[in-house]
Amino acid sequence: MSIDTETARRVAKLARIKVEDEALPALASEFSAILGFIEQLNEVDVEGVEPMTSVTPQRLKRREDVVTDGSQQEAVLKNAPDAREGFFAVPKVVE
Amino acid sequence: MSDLSKLTIAQARDAMRKGDTSSAEITAACLSEIEGAGALGAFVHNTPEIANQQAAAADARIKAGDAPDMCGIPLGIKDLFCTKGVPSQAASRILEGFKPEYESTVTTQLFDAGAVMLGKLNMDEFAMGSSNETSVYADAVNPWRRGNDDAALTPGGSSGGSASAVAADLCLAATGTDTGGSIRQPAAFVGITGMKPTYGRVSRWGVVAFASSLDQAGPMTKDVRDAAIMLEAMCGHDPKDSTSADLAVPNFEAALTGDIKGKTIGIPKEYRMDGMPQEIEQLWADGTTMLKDAGAKIVDITLPHTKYALPAYYVIAPAEASSNLARYDGVRFGHRAKLAQGDGITEMYEKTRAEGFGPEVQRRVMVGTYVLSAGFYDAYYNRARRVRALIKQDFDKVFADGVDAILTPATPSAAFGLGEMADADPIQMYLNDVFTVTVNLAGLPGIAVPTGVDKQGLPLGLQLIGRPWEEADLLNVAYSLEQSAGFVAKPAKWW
Repeated sequence: MSIDTETARRVAKLARIKVEDEALPALASEFSAILGFIEQLNEVDVEGVEPMTSVTPQRLKRREDVVTDGSQQEAVLKNAPDAREGFFAVPKVVE
Repeated sequence: MSDLSKLTIAQARDAMRKGDTSSAEITAACLSEIEGAGALGAFVHNTPEIANQQAAAADARIKAGDAPDMCGIPLGIKDLFCTKGVPSQAASRILEGFKPEYESTVTTQLFDAGAVMLGKLNMDEFAMGSSNETSVYADAVNPWRRGNDDAALTPGGSSGGSASAVAADLCLAATGTDTGGSIRQPAAFVGITGMKPTYGRVSRWGVVAFASSLDQAGPMTKDVRDAAIMLEAMCGHDPKDSTSADLAVPNFEAALTGDIKGKTIGIPKEYRMDGMPQEIEQLWADGTTMLKDAGAKIVDITLPHTKYALPAYYVIAPAEASSNLARYDGVRFGHRAKLAQGDGITEMYEKTRAEGFGPEVQRRVMVGTYVLSAGFYDAYYNRARRVRALIKQDFDKVFADGVDAILTPATPSAAFGLGEMADADPIQMYLNDVFTVTVNLAGLPGIAVPTGVDKQGLPLGLQLIGRPWEEADLLNVAYSLEQSAGFVAKPAKWW
């Protein structure tokens, strides 16, 4: 499958990675090569095979729905690029 | 004792218990080796203060007679592990300045057992790479060279810093992680032992996530005995990782008898690749003979879906990565791009991620985004998960037929030169994992053991694949192979 620059632009947008216009054709051709490689999977007969959800035959463990920790505001915010008054600060989200 | 950094874990443990040396002395020797090994690019954040403190505490514990096997052993820790108060940035610019407020389960267990942290080790960015060339810290370098040629070679990846550090005797052992071969391929490239345990054996908590259904941490050590000792300290049930297995941890070292009489070793015909170098063929044949001479029964087996492992991996791993790496948004930790007047939150995400992720990480995140996007989810992602189920069934059948372990080459070649793959398309680099990636897809334990050198004097390794949860048995087969191969070569020091 060949990926055009419009699709590359859309994927970059979905992934929230800024890609300059002039870099899109090269990106599209890399995607095409990788997807071409992946397309070998179409040769496999997967009729009746369930997609694997867990590699070991165990279901995910559950725990009691109770609070196990908390009150760590300072530790949680410690690595934030911008934290103010106990909150993460970001550019304006709504007008 | 001289050359203390060259000791194995077992040798150091025994010498410290006898009082012949101390953790403080071995730690000092390692720190001095690290000091002189900048050219290897292996250690990227040194933690001598922590090391000296931990060594002193370990010595007190050894003196008191209450010392686990790992007590006082100086280790390097891959940068993918979160270590409290110490930079942990997965070799990525996007985690620049990140100092975790918590300690990963693996490093917690190692430190509780008395191990000493010398520092953090170089790797491919977010563990995405097979040559350590995607690291924000610059390349890690293989201590081995081709004969008298001084061209710099890759130590492999993604655990390239771990491999280089252990092979160059900068530390006694190191932690690694393995999503598609990232412990076993670098171990083979530098002539050390590297083990990926069964999926669920080792807690993933506090290890920066790449592809969560494939990621496993494991030991990178100077020999198989050390792998057994260190693995035991790393594994065990962890309620903080919902995929961690609630199983007893055996005494792996006690399993190393070297007796493999009556064991059945499978040789998969699909691993005989077109264009495989004669030296790899020979290495594999020699390894087969060694196991046979040790009393194992050799059988030819078939793993028919092997060919589809890499393409399935390059759907599943990027898909999971695109989801896992969504957290790097410039809000909670790490890098945030400088914004222009009027930029909103979307521009912040997009600029931060464009500046923070290197090209290979960006590529994989976007491929993952694509295969998970509406209209393609079934065609790519679900199909890959179906093929993954078939790959696992291949192994299930072989094990049900009585095979105890499978012998394959670890890598399709010896270490290549740094920069040699720069112009190759990404798929050429992906082919490095052709023998290892099946093991991650099937969740099995695998171990790379050095068994020979190529005509240029570079180390080559073989891989043994075991039954799920039977690491003890697998380690014993690896131990037998190690004894027969008698690989003792070391790189000549040039750094």
